[in-house]
Amino acid sequence: MTNHWVDIRNADVVLSMGGNSAEAHPVGFRWVMQAKNQNNAILISIDPRYNRTTAVADYHAFIRTGTDIVFLGGLISYLIENNRYAQEYVREYTDASLIVREGFGFEEGLFTGYNQQDRTYDRETWNFETDEQGFARTDPTLQHPRCVFQLMRQHYSRYTPEQVENICGMNREMVLRLWDLMAQTSAPDKTMTILYALGWTQHSIGSQIIRCGAMVQLLLGNMGMPGGGVNALRGHSNIQGLTDIGLLSNLLPGYMNLPSADLQDYQAYMQTRIKQPLLEGEVSYWKYYERFFVSLMKDWYGNMATADNNWCYDWLPKLSEPIYDVLYAINDMTEGKANGAFCQGFNILAAFPDKAKVFEGLSKLKFFVIMDPLTVETGEFWKNFGEFHDVDPSQIGTEVFRLPTTCFAEDDGSITNSSRWLQWHFKSAPGPGESMTDTTIMGALMLRLKKLYQEEGGAFPDPILNLSWNYRNPAAPTAEELAQEYNGRALEDVLDQEGNVIRPKGQQLKDFSELRDDGTTACGCWIYSGAWPQEGNMMARRDNSDPYNTGNTLGWAWAWPMNRRLLYNRASARPDGTPWAPNKAFIWWNGERWVGADVPDFPLTSPPSAGVGPFIITQSGGGHFFAAEWLNEGPFPEHYEPLESPINRNPMSPTNALAMSNPIARVFERDRANFGSNEEFPYAATTYRLTEHFHYWTMHVRLNAIAQPEKFIEMSEELAEELGIAVGEKVRVSSKRGFIHAVAVVTKRMKPMQVDGRTVHHIGIPIHWGFKGVTKKAHLTNTLTPFVGDGNTQTPEFKSFLVNVEKL
Amino acid sequence: MRGDQINLQNVIARSATTVPSPQVRHGGVEKVTKLIDVSVCIGCKACQVACSEWNDLRDEVGECDGTYNNPQDLTPESFEVMRFSEYENEQGNLEWLIRKDNCMHCAEPGCLKACPAPGAIVQYANGIVDFNSEHCIGCGYCVAGCPFDIPRISKKDNKAYKCTLCSDRVFNGLEPACVKSCPTSAIMFGTKEDMLDYGAGRVENLQERGYANAGIYDPAGVGGTHVVYVLQHADKPEIYSGLPKDPHISPTVELWKGVTKPIMSALLGASVLAGFFHYMIKGPKEEPEDDPDPEKAAQAREIDRREEDRP
Repeated sequence: MTNHWVDIRNADVVLSMGGNSAEAHPVGFRWVMQAKNQNNAILISIDPRYNRTTAVADYHAFIRTGTDIVFLGGLISYLIENNRYAQEYVREYTDASLIVREGFGFEEGLFTGYNQQDRTYDRETWNFETDEQGFARTDPTLQHPRCVFQLMRQHYSRYTPEQVENICGMNREMVLRLWDLMAQTSAPDKTMTILYALGWTQHSIGSQIIRCGAMVQLLLGNMGMPGGGVNALRGHSNIQGLTDIGLLSNLLPGYMNLPSADLQDYQAYMQTRIKQPLLEGEVSYWKYYERFFVSLMKDWYGNMATADNNWCYDWLPKLSEPIYDVLYAINDMTEGKANGAFCQGFNILAAFPDKAKVFEGLSKLKFFVIMDPLTVETGEFWKNFGEFHDVDPSQIGTEVFRLPTTCFAEDDGSITNSSRWLQWHFKSAPGPGESMTDTTIMGALMLRLKKLYQEEGGAFPDPILNLSWNYRNPAAPTAEELAQEYNGRALEDVLDQEGNVIRPKGQQLKDFSELRDDGTTACGCWIYSGAWPQEGNMMARRDNSDPYNTGNTLGWAWAWPMNRRLLYNRASARPDGTPWAPNKAFIWWNGERWVGADVPDFPLTSPPSAGVGPFIITQSGGGHFFAAEWLNEGPFPEHYEPLESPINRNPMSPTNALAMSNPIARVFERDRANFGSNEEFPYAATTYRLTEHFHYWTMHVRLNAIAQPEKFIEMSEELAEELGIAVGEKVRVSSKRGFIHAVAVVTKRMKPMQVDGRTVHHIGIPIHWGFKGVTKKAHLTNTLTPFVGDGNTQTPEFKSFLVNVEKL
Repeated sequence: MRGDQINLQNVIARSATTVPSPQVRHGGVEKVTKLIDVSVCIGCKACQVACSEWNDLRDEVGECDGTYNNPQDLTPESFEVMRFSEYENEQGNLEWLIRKDNCMHCAEPGCLKACPAPGAIVQYANGIVDFNSEHCIGCGYCVAGCPFDIPRISKKDNKAYKCTLCSDRVFNGLEPACVKSCPTSAIMFGTKEDMLDYGAGRVENLQERGYANAGIYDPAGVGGTHVVYVLQHADKPEIYSGLPKDPHISPTVELWKGVTKPIMSALLGASVLAGFFHYMIKGPKEEPEDDPDPEKAAQAREIDRREEDRP
């Protein structure tokens, strides 16, 4: 979230799109209801289904799954053409005036530089025109035909209300009604918050949908404002922490990047990562990348990391593929390229697409370790569970080890929530039986690996043998020790520019402003620096005082970065440093410094007259409409159909077959035959979870099982009638990849849609229920889903695929 | 003590009893009320789960009947259920009305009036109507007496059960478990006066948002209730999964209470006495050996139904 949970209550319009916040986040949803009931906010729910959020919404519109960019792109055009965007904000706080390099273009659904052979883009032209000093050229009047504003205007002029109606299947009057409601928040005293979740993420164009939402918020002037922002409601309690700490295969902690294979040279790597300002005088915070990186390497390798050996850069793995995501790993297993796997807190057989392929991959391993508090499906993939998992154990050679772990309540530590708050929690009970904490297991594993390397050598022992491992009990690092490590400490006296000691050797760092690139500081995750300074554990704080009545409780736990609760909050004030409106006052310039309800996201004493942009993390200091080379599909979000689409063309680019679906989506060769056509599988399917359950965990809990005991799917009354299916009857749902059985929930909450000249029916499929636990046993939903991911993150396309439904 | 009465001196009405209720300890006791605001409810069932947790209830794992309702109805082991109904309003727009269904704690409780077992149903000074299961004889008259179809008779012990409004928690100054668990503040708890006042504000808000017929459901036919609803369409309570429009205690129960019950009670007493003398004179009835024990047979059927292993 750019903002945070409590801040939702400050919104005037709450847009719930690409998520079902009441369903999946009922506790956080209290702030939506407070916005409605205490701030008189309007709640808009846009979803393929009328869902639990819709039940309390003021407005609702059905949208065909996977077409959100069309609705949002149309909104961008509507705001620009009707002059209903926040003019001063856009002019002063975004990249709208920057001029894009000549040669950049877009034709028939493709941006310049497409290489059909390897399905990639050469992004050379996707950048700004620069002057002799390397600064971007601008046109503050926004009239230059190649300035970002005009290019954006041109790009989205194709997204007409007619196209929205045609592609999204949404009634045009409703489209215009909703756009009007949202446009009202371009006023300085009104804000809209966008709440999204995996309904935006889990598409082959997921990252671009989210970016499109961000562009809308920039146009409306809602970024950096209380009650505004683009807010990802994370699906697991600590999934924000997972990405923060760098657990994705292409990341290092704090959103630094693992180098690619062509960057064997340290300086070459640094050149790609250090981002210098694009405009004179801007902050461009990534220019400090080397401080974060060197401090990380000092934390990992201690005295072994020196300037002379480039801080052990050679010991870092280099990626030969852009990303070794889960789909990639599973594909490798099926091809016999992987010997073993560790699965930690991850029910991969149930949670990843194309269960048959996941099963095949696991079956080809030599060994497989499952670390989980429960006996989940994945740990027993080799067992036969009758019709729901009909496999032959005698044909599976994988040796499976189960290491029972503790649950969150049986361990100390911090959990990072969607608001970016690190909240410390305390062990409330010992784990049952032989369970151990994850860190104990990892600690013991590390020591054994080290011993093996010491005794037997190996191909590349250095990174293991030299890894810093300075815990009181090396076999069991504690949560406190790890937290202090990610905060960072001074290895030598840390000096300021005048040579004064600002942090004596051995102390915990105050925050990442104290990080140095000369090896005098160590820090395990730069954005978490400040969570455990010399004063102690900030994450355990529980002071909920709210002196400005904004819902900002700076004494409650700790938020990254710098305990800042609202990102880009400088933008909550006008260029002259006064609040946009009294009811939206958040931080402001008091004549000497920036003050207010939050930790300013800005150089504290930089006066408004200096004109520094409010988005200090970007190179231009402004919010970017033009993504330049940061995303793989192109600088502006463009609509592409899901890999499995219920229609036969992309109406945005009807004549170009290459632009039917995401042109850079990665499809493994063997999966090509595993995508179905809409002739064979006519219905658009989407998967989701229910309030009564948490993924596959609560299948093991009696009370949750009582509340939602049996697998079902949802369909409209119209389709049910067509297929002769009555409420509560059993159906078989099949895709190109397999089938499941479920009870039919026939409902008015789903409706057939008219899309591009045909009727499209949706089938809603909750992800829950499997062959373990105390609910009624069932097939796993992900038997059905396709093995393809988002073009940037490879998050699987769980939300849009094709199925057929038959009465059983 | 869970679910049982905490302080017998706070009982103001007692089933099948002519002895006067205690009169002394009524000072300062205010009537409590639970307010359920349907317009704020997201149907998450946290209340349903919290109810089972607090009251140590574990119902059967059922099945899906093609709706979100689960359990599908109240049972002796599910004191409350969420009822989902899809309603198309006058403008043709769909509304998903989700109502938490549980005992309404009537000011004039039909169950208590109908109950022939002395002290099996009591009403406390704070308005809570509680089942004192120890004294319940399982006759089912409370089921007939309830205009909201709430009590359920357990096959396990042949006693009636329903929501206690967490009388044990309330007597100790806590809100009912469902109220505590509600994430959106759709369930509120306080004095009746405060709840009606709060509800009036909610009704006003809903009317401003276009629900012209929004209102509070506090039916006069049962003397008002200690569980009240805020409804978007108070003129049509029946669209909320059959909430009765004008609930009254059934005339049969009123008649039973007024005339028949004293006579019946006397007859009941006489038959018990007759049975006693018969036993004393003739001795116990001798069962033929092959005659199945009805109790054991019932137990066996129950085990079959649950598909459990026999002990």
